[in-house]
Amino acid sequence: MKQRLSIPISPEAILALSVGDTVAIEGQIITARDTAHKWLAERFIHQTIEPTEADWKVYKDIKPILQRGLIYHCGPVVRALENKQYSFVAAGPTTSMREEPYQGDVIRHFNLAGVIGKGGMGQETLNSCQQNHSAYFHAIGGAAALIAKSVVRVLGVHKLEFGVPEAMWVIEVKDFTAIVTMDAHGASLHENVRKESKTNLSHLLDL
Amino acid sequence: MPELSAEILELIRITSTNLPAGVEEDLTKAMEAEDKGGAAHTALDSILENIKLARRASTPICQDSGTPLFFVTYPQGYRANDLRQQIRKATAAATHACYLRPNAVDPVSGVNSGNNLGDEHFPSIYFEETDGGLLTIDLMLKGGGCENVSAQYSLPDHRLQAERDLEGVRKVVLDAVFQAQGMGCAPGYLGVAIGGDRGSGYFLSKKALLRKPGQRHEDVVLADLEARITLEANQLGIGPMGFGGKATILGTSILKTHRLPASFFVTVSYMCWAYRQRRMVADSGTVVCE
Repeated sequence: MKQRLSIPISPEAILALSVGDTVAIEGQIITARDTAHKWLAERFIHQTIEPTEADWKVYKDIKPILQRGLIYHCGPVVRALENKQYSFVAAGPTTSMREEPYQGDVIRHFNLAGVIGKGGMGQETLNSCQQNHSAYFHAIGGAAALIAKSVVRVLGVHKLEFGVPEAMWVIEVKDFTAIVTMDAHGASLHENVRKESKTNLSHLLDL
Repeated sequence: MPELSAEILELIRITSTNLPAGVEEDLTKAMEAEDKGGAAHTALDSILENIKLARRASTPICQDSGTPLFFVTYPQGYRANDLRQQIRKATAAATHACYLRPNAVDPVSGVNSGNNLGDEHFPSIYFEETDGGLLTIDLMLKGGGCENVSAQYSLPDHRLQAERDLEGVRKVVLDAVFQAQGMGCAPGYLGVAIGGDRGSGYFLSKKALLRKPGQRHEDVVLADLEARITLEANQLGIGPMGFGGKATILGTSILKTHRLPASFFVTVSYMCWAYRQRRMVADSGTVVCE
């Protein structure tokens, strides 16, 4: 049974989710991966680099969308249409673990309801999910054509100078299917699988 | 020599959008072995649906079209430099047609070239001259997620109690699969190189992946090791996407090369389930994509 989640997603709706639940997400989400996370952390969270006026403009545009919203770890294939319109051709998730140094802070700063990605994330993100009542949603890695179908519209793009995969694409999704693999109660499927497979490895290696 | 950039463009299109039949069979078998209704089964079901959808729509199976790796074997009458130009032309055209994602990023400036053409190392093109009459181009599209979890070990490895023998090879390869968890987009395929230096080890571990899925090594000792690694990797319980389950590795392919007395490298190239690999053969006027 899929649970429907409509953005913005309340803390209560997130608290009702547990590891293993399948969800269908709808609403506006923003793609952000390596360059974007570093940029957000440097400019707005730690402010180690002074944001320019243009930076602040992007910040003001994305902040309300991210309020109890979702970041999607994705570098899409995008077709440019007429009049600066775009469409997503392929849009599966990228490996989330690379954002581990930033994700906890980004979740708290923007009050995210969660992130969508693949491969799971670490302890800091898990802690942040617990504190902020957020969750990690696992999309199917590589299922790019399938997921692109759930992207109804491309509403805009920020920081296209990062390149197509690294830009922040604002998209509207419908029936975006994902599985909760880290919940707001401190449970992580990835941690469980890691522990179990570690035991199995020790057995196979006779350690 | 003939102008082949249109044919190479078609090779790229097929590789990116249409997974080889053997891989689809492996994934179907893997799904049938998982518990229906569980996350592993659901993941494989979506993967198989995605493969069919991409083939029908002629769009990329995975948005990360990765590093395009071209392995070219050319007979007399062809020039490597001309072939390189044709491959680069086709790569840019394939990017424009959305069969490839623009993936070439300057590591210093951070600028994405926008057309998959970087310096002479991007895309990767390897040439080999042959005495035969056929031009063959093997193309593999290898995404960043699985490339990042690829690994090189130097034996002996004290932590894993892996010594300089095939038992040591088995141990470190299983460790690489464990370290990768679901991050390489399991269930994947392993290309393993035993020996070589650090550079040739990585090169051969990728070349090992060019062998057709399911085809065993001709040396029975290595064929047995391949089968054992695949069997045991699936006992780790990592499963599709790292959700837990039976299918972690769908196949293992080993190559060996001579090593120095001082060095014993084992290199593991992890390939995601989206095992995008095709061959183009040109024989006096006819060009076929396999």
